[in-house]
Amino acid sequence: MLWYLGRRLLQVIPVFIGATLLLYALVFLRPGDPVAALGGERGLPEAVQQQIRAQFHLDQPFFVQYLYFLKGIFTFDLGNTFTGRPVSEVVADALPITFQLAIMALLIETVFGIGFGLFAGLRKGKLFDSTVLVLSLLLIALPTFVTGLVLQIVVGVQLDWLPVTAGRDPDVVSLLMPAVVLATTSFAQILRLTRTSVIENVTADFVRTARAKGLSRGRVVNRHVLRNSLIPVVTFIGVDLGNLMTGSIVTEGIFNINGVGGTLFDAISRGESVTIVTMSTVIVLVYIVANLLVDLLYAVLDPRIRYA
Amino acid sequence: MTTTITLTDGSTEDAPVPAEKRDDSSPLLDIKDLRISFTTATGTVEAVRGVDLTVYPGQSVAIVGESGSGKSTTAHAIIDLLPGTGKVTGGSITFGGRELVGLKRREVEDLRGREIGLVPQDPMSNLNPVWRIGTQIDEALVANGFQGSKAERTARVAELLGEAGLPDAARRARQFPHEFSGGMRQRALIAIGLASRPKLLIADEPTSALDVTVQKKILDHLEGLTAELGTAVLFITHDLGLAAERAEHLVVMYKGKVVESGPALQILKDPQHEYTKRLVASAPSLASRRIQSAHARGTEAEDLLAEHADESATAAPDVVVAKDLTKVFHIRGSRPGAHTDFTAVDSIDFALPKGRTLALVGESGSGKSTAANMVLGLLEPTSGTVQFDGKDVATMSAKEQFALRRRVQPVFQNPYGSLDPTYSIFRSIEEPLALHRVGDRKSREKRVRELLDMVSLPQATMRRFPNELSGGQRQRIAIARALALKPEVLVLDEAVSALDVLVQAQILTLLNDLQAELGLSFLFITHDLAVVRQIADLVAVMKDGRIVEHATTDEVFDNPQQEYTRDLLAAIPGASLEIGA
Repeated sequence: MLWYLGRRLLQVIPVFIGATLLLYALVFLRPGDPVAALGGERGLPEAVQQQIRAQFHLDQPFFVQYLYFLKGIFTFDLGNTFTGRPVSEVVADALPITFQLAIMALLIETVFGIGFGLFAGLRKGKLFDSTVLVLSLLLIALPTFVTGLVLQIVVGVQLDWLPVTAGRDPDVVSLLMPAVVLATTSFAQILRLTRTSVIENVTADFVRTARAKGLSRGRVVNRHVLRNSLIPVVTFIGVDLGNLMTGSIVTEGIFNINGVGGTLFDAISRGESVTIVTMSTVIVLVYIVANLLVDLLYAVLDPRIRYA
Repeated sequence: MTTTITLTDGSTEDAPVPAEKRDDSSPLLDIKDLRISFTTATGTVEAVRGVDLTVYPGQSVAIVGESGSGKSTTAHAIIDLLPGTGKVTGGSITFGGRELVGLKRREVEDLRGREIGLVPQDPMSNLNPVWRIGTQIDEALVANGFQGSKAERTARVAELLGEAGLPDAARRARQFPHEFSGGMRQRALIAIGLASRPKLLIADEPTSALDVTVQKKILDHLEGLTAELGTAVLFITHDLGLAAERAEHLVVMYKGKVVESGPALQILKDPQHEYTKRLVASAPSLASRRIQSAHARGTEAEDLLAEHADESATAAPDVVVAKDLTKVFHIRGSRPGAHTDFTAVDSIDFALPKGRTLALVGESGSGKSTAANMVLGLLEPTSGTVQFDGKDVATMSAKEQFALRRRVQPVFQNPYGSLDPTYSIFRSIEEPLALHRVGDRKSREKRVRELLDMVSLPQATMRRFPNELSGGQRQRIAIARALALKPEVLVLDEAVSALDVLVQAQILTLLNDLQAELGLSFLFITHDLAVVRQIADLVAVMKDGRIVEHATTDEVFDNPQQEYTRDLLAAIPGASLEIGA
C-alpha cells in the first residue's frame, strides 16, 4: 500500500515537468507579441517595450525563460503580472472560488445522481424510470450556456429566488445556481451510470443470496446493491472532478465569477505565460491528486483491489 | 463428523405418507399442482406446469432434471425468489401447514433464513465480493433475530463457519470472498444457509461448480450436519448419481412437470418413465460401471471397441509427445522486485498415439489446462518440448507453426464464450477456412454444410446466431469449427463439462463417432473421471503440476496405483451405489 502511494506520488514529478514544459512551449509558440499589444492602438515606445521584455525575461531564449519560471515556482516568487499584481496572489484569489464551486457541483451531482439513479434502477421500466431516462438525455444534450441562461432568467429574474450573478467574493447562496448549472451534465451521466449498475446488481446472485438470508428489502438495497453499484460511479466522479475545474470556464463567464476560468481567459488574451502556466499546472495537479484519491477510495469500496 | 446416513425408503408417488416412521408427522413442505409462468416479449411461458412435491421433517428429497426443466424455478418459488417476471399462477405451497403463495413481503422475509435456508449453486457469484465473509454470516444472524452482543455474534459466526467445516474459522471470518477457494466459499454459504437453524434447507446444485473431491467432502459434511440438526433438505441437481446418493426420495422433472417420483434406489433400478430411463442410461457417474453402453452404437462402434481391447495403445505411432514439459509463471509480489515463481506444470511427459484419446485428468489448479495450452502453442513452455509427428514445435519457423495450427485444433469448455455472438454460425465455422485460405467462397460454403452434417445439425443452422442455439448445439458448432481444417488432433479442454448429462452423452457419442470416422486423436482435458471412462483410451492423472499416474483407462479405473487417483475415483457421485446388482 505504502509502495503504491509512494509510486503514485513519484509520478507527480514527471507529470509536473511535462505539463509545465508543454504549456510553456505552447504559450511561447503562440503568434503575436504580447508586449507590443500592451499599448493598444498607439503602441508603446520601443525603450519601454525593451524594459518590459527584460523585466519578464521575454528577451531570453525559451529554455532560459522556462528555467526562470521553475526558479520562480521553487522560490515561491513567480513575479508580477503585466498589471503589476503578484502572480501568486492572482492564483490564490481565483483558486478557492473555483474550488468551492467545483465541490458544490460535485456534491449536487453525486447526491442527486446516485439517488435518482438508484431509484430508477430499482424501478426499471416503470414511469419514474422512463421519465428520468428521457430527462437525463435532454440534460446531457443541453449546452451549459443554455441551462445557465435559462436558469438565470427563470430562477434569478422572474422568480427572484437566487442572485443572478455571483460577483466578487460570492457566498454559498450566490454560488448555488452556478453550481447547479455546472453539475447538470455530470448529474445526468452519474444518474444513468448508477441506474445501469443497479439494474445489473439487482439480479446478481449474491443479492438473491442476501434475500434468501431473510434480509429486509432496505438492507438488501443498502448493503448489497448500492455499495456494489458505486464502484463504477466513483471512477467517473474522479475524472469528472478535473472536468469541473476546467469546465467552469463557461459557467464562470455566465455568472461573472472571478475564478480560475475567468482569470485564465484574461491571462491567455494578454499572453501572460507565467499566469497561464501556473494556473494550468495547478489544475493538472488537482487532477492528479483527485484521481489518486479515487483510486484509493476504489480500494476501500472493492476489497478485491489491493495496490502493490 | 459422522457421515453415514441410512437410506430409508421415503414416500412413493401413490402413497405420499410413508408406512413406518412418519405415520404421525405431517409434511413440512407440501407443494400441490404448482404452476409458474414467465412473461416474455412474445407472451407467457409456463415454466412449471403442475408440480406436486412433499418433504417431511428431516427428510432429504432431490429434484433431478436438466436445465430448463423447472427444478430451480420450483425451488425458488418456495421462498418467493423467482427471477424477473416469474409468477406463481396456480397451485399451493404449504410449509408447516401455512400457505406460502400470496404471503406479504415482510412475512416472506421472516420466513427466509429462519424457517427455510438456501444454499445456492455457484459459490463464486453468490457471496458479495465487497463484504467480509463474517459480515455476510452476521447479517443472516441479525436479520433472523439472533439476540446477542457484537462479541457474541462474532463468536457465533466463527462457530457456524467451523461447523460448516472451515478450519481456523475466526481468522477466516475476517477475510473477503476472493481470498477463499470455491470449496471454502461453498462452506461459507452452507454456514449462511444453516445460520438460523431452518427446518428446511434448499440446496440448489450446491456443488456443481466444484471439483469432485471437494464436492464429495462438502456433500458428506452437509449430509452429516443436516442429519445432526434434523434439517430437511431439498436438493436440486442435474446429476442423477449425486441425487440418488444423497437423497432418500427422488423427484424427476422434465419440461416443467414431475415425470416420476419415488425412493431413490427404486427409481435408479427400475425407472418407469421414458425420460428417466434415458437419464439413468446416460448419467456419466452411473455409466462408469457400464462403460460400453456409450460406445455400443451399432457394429461399427463395437468393432472399434474390440480393436481397442486387442491392441495395446502404444502400437499406434505417437502424434503428440510432450517431453519434460514445464511452465513457470512469475507472480508479482507486494513490493517491486518481490515476485514468486509458480510452477504450473512441472516436467511432465505424455504421448498421444494416433487415433486415440488421452485424457489429462485433475482438479482445478492441477496444471492440465496449462499443459493443453502449451500443446496448442498458445503458451510457450518454460522448458521441455512438445513434439508433433516427431518434430519439436519450438524449433519450427513461424510459417511451419501456422501450418501446424491447421493440424491441432481446440474445443473449449464454455460454448457460450467461445463463439463470437456477433458472428453468424456460417461465419464462425468458415473463419478458420478463410484464415488459412482454403478454397474459394463457394467451396467453403460447401465445406460448412458438410461440417454441419457431420455434427448432426441442420444446414439451415448456418444462417443463425449463437444466442439462438442451446448449449449442446453451440458445442456442436465449436466442434464443427475445430474440424473445419481437417485437423489430426483435437484438444478438448473440458469440452463437455458445461453441458447437461443427456447432451453430454450425445456430444461424447458424436466425438467417438468422429474419431472412428476421421481417425482423429483427442487430447481430452477434464476434471470428471466419469466422463473419462466413456471416452478415453489412456489417462494421465495430474496433481499440482505433475503427472502422478499414467496408464490405460482400464488400469486406472480397475487398479489405481496412487492414493490420489483412488480419492478421485471414490469422489465420483454415485460411485458407492450398486445398481443393477
